[in-house]
Amino acid sequence: MDLHEHQGKEIFRQFGIPVSDGLLATTPDGARAAAEEIGGTVVVKAQVLIGGRGKAGGIKLATSADEAAAHASEILGMDIRGHTVSKLWVERASDIAREYYLSLTFDRSAKQPLFMFTTQGGMDIEEVAATSPDALVKLHVDPLEGCHPWHARRLVYAGGVEDPGEQKQIAAIVAKLYDAFVGTDAMLCEINPLIVTLEGEVRALDSKFTVDDNALFRHPDIAEMRDVAGSDPLEVLAREKGVTYVKLDGEVGVLGNGAGLTMSTVDVVTFVGGRPANFCDLGGGGDAQGVVDALEVITRDPQVRSIFFNIFGGITRCDEVARGVLQAVEQMGLDQPIVVRLDGTNAEEGRRILGEATLRNLHTESTMLDGARRAVELAA
Amino acid sequence: MAILVDKDTRLVVQGLTGSEGRFHGLRNRSHGTNVVAGVTPGKGGQEVEGIPVFDTVADAVGEAGADTAMVFVPAPFAADAMYEAVDAELTAVICITEGVPAHEMLRIHSFIRGRGVRLIGPNCPGVLSPGKANVGIIPAEIFREGSVGLVSRSGTLTYQIGHELTQLGLGNSTIVGIGGDPIVGSSFLDILALFEADPQTEQVVMVGEIGGAEEERAAEFIEAEMTKPVVAYIAGFTAPPGKTMGHAGAIISGSAGTAQAKKDALEARGIRVGMTPTETAQLVAEIAGGR
Repeated sequence: MDLHEHQGKEIFRQFGIPVSDGLLATTPDGARAAAEEIGGTVVVKAQVLIGGRGKAGGIKLATSADEAAAHASEILGMDIRGHTVSKLWVERASDIAREYYLSLTFDRSAKQPLFMFTTQGGMDIEEVAATSPDALVKLHVDPLEGCHPWHARRLVYAGGVEDPGEQKQIAAIVAKLYDAFVGTDAMLCEINPLIVTLEGEVRALDSKFTVDDNALFRHPDIAEMRDVAGSDPLEVLAREKGVTYVKLDGEVGVLGNGAGLTMSTVDVVTFVGGRPANFCDLGGGGDAQGVVDALEVITRDPQVRSIFFNIFGGITRCDEVARGVLQAVEQMGLDQPIVVRLDGTNAEEGRRILGEATLRNLHTESTMLDGARRAVELAA
Repeated sequence: MAILVDKDTRLVVQGLTGSEGRFHGLRNRSHGTNVVAGVTPGKGGQEVEGIPVFDTVADAVGEAGADTAMVFVPAPFAADAMYEAVDAELTAVICITEGVPAHEMLRIHSFIRGRGVRLIGPNCPGVLSPGKANVGIIPAEIFREGSVGLVSRSGTLTYQIGHELTQLGLGNSTIVGIGGDPIVGSSFLDILALFEADPQTEQVVMVGEIGGAEEERAAEFIEAEMTKPVVAYIAGFTAPPGKTMGHAGAIISGSAGTAQAKKDALEARGIRVGMTPTETAQLVAEIAGGR
């Protein structure tokens, strides 16, 4: 789960990482009040879960409360790469002397947490890695041993930070970032930029924070931070129903069981010339109600013109799926063509159930490839 | 031969008295797996259809001679169960449970280093050596015994490809689901090395997906270390960046982890990549036919 900048900063604050004072606003009046309360020059920042906010005009400096309100009315409702801005973070402006970069992430290959630090902050880290790899310091941490002061010293000295005051502050932030990373079950904690102010104070000016969905059961406070309003409404509905759903931009609704098979089905629909409307994984169980729930989510998308069910029964029983399909079509009065391909556990029984049904929009195919082709034809 | 599990495997099921553990433990036994024990704390002394249940894994090892564990306990307790199994000095621990926090897996991975135990999973369908032993939830009836090794990050996609192989008259030495999480106990590399050393295995199918860089690392390993042919399949060519596609590990982060990058890395080292499960099975059949 990705957190907004202000949510990540709240966690930083809890763990003792210095951040600027700020307030949340959802209206121009709210932004004005926030600017008044903070006083002086403020920055009005769009809170969206996507990069490139600054370039898109979603971050603006305001020298007065009126100006903050004016910026807020421009930014609220703005579309930033497909994300609509509904929240603003109004923050005390900082006088920046230097911009650094610090992050802690999962190195999936080494199977260890990985620190990355560079004094070339403020830009895309992949760009730094590509253009000046020597400026990027990388350091693994053994998760059983944890983070020690020497880790921080290595980062700071290898990164070329020369001012002793800065060295000390950054070292403290390194230790606290590790605590935050472990303490919140984070997959990524990124501070870009980590600024040094004109007064020599080191502070996190931005935050990119991702928490492991599998660990949310032990962080109820973070689980509550999920931004329902800023998410795709279909994905929210899917989460409520316990269906794994990702919205795509085509016409062929795709429903499979298991993440790998469903991804593969989306690919095959594309390869035979179609455009998938979604990725929808029924999961391991796949009882009749699960099918109904999934179909409800898929057909809520008005772009969907046909649906391809690709089921390979393992734990999932094909007869259950077949009953679910019939139940859903009747209950919901679906009129989109539905192509069903069943294989694996109880597939024959499933095919028999579908064969006996007399629904004009129900089609069956015996292979994944033929099913995909048929669904694409029917969406045309 | 085959790898990881076979007729000599002595299995203990952690969580045998739960509904899933019981269902699949008994299903594994009916496939011929020697299920020697179950473990549920507080239920030691009970039996599940003749299988003795112990309070601890250490007891299951000491009294029933277990050498391999299957972990079927709920996610919040799965890490503890894995530590316990590793500490009991089993040779293999296969964790089926989905939803284990990634930080737990980081720590477990550091813990097992140098202990000589093979950890498979979590969030995996298990390991099947057709005709010999089945440990996990893979439906054995789809597969037949043969010489093709199959290693995959996915469950049902593995069944799909196994089914296509069976249709073409090909069988498998062992099918290994390594799991769909960002941090898993064994990587493609580990399993490819086992297949390379296994006399029954003549060629290998590797089923990858978006996220991480394990397929790329596997490509280097295959070129440098393997004499047996490998055919690959990658799922997620049309997945959008930044979205988790069902498996926690299936996510394109920035420009890293795309299916195209994996395909390119594999093909650059002479490894053939099927674009659909059907094409993948056909490539395997071509190689089998040409031997």
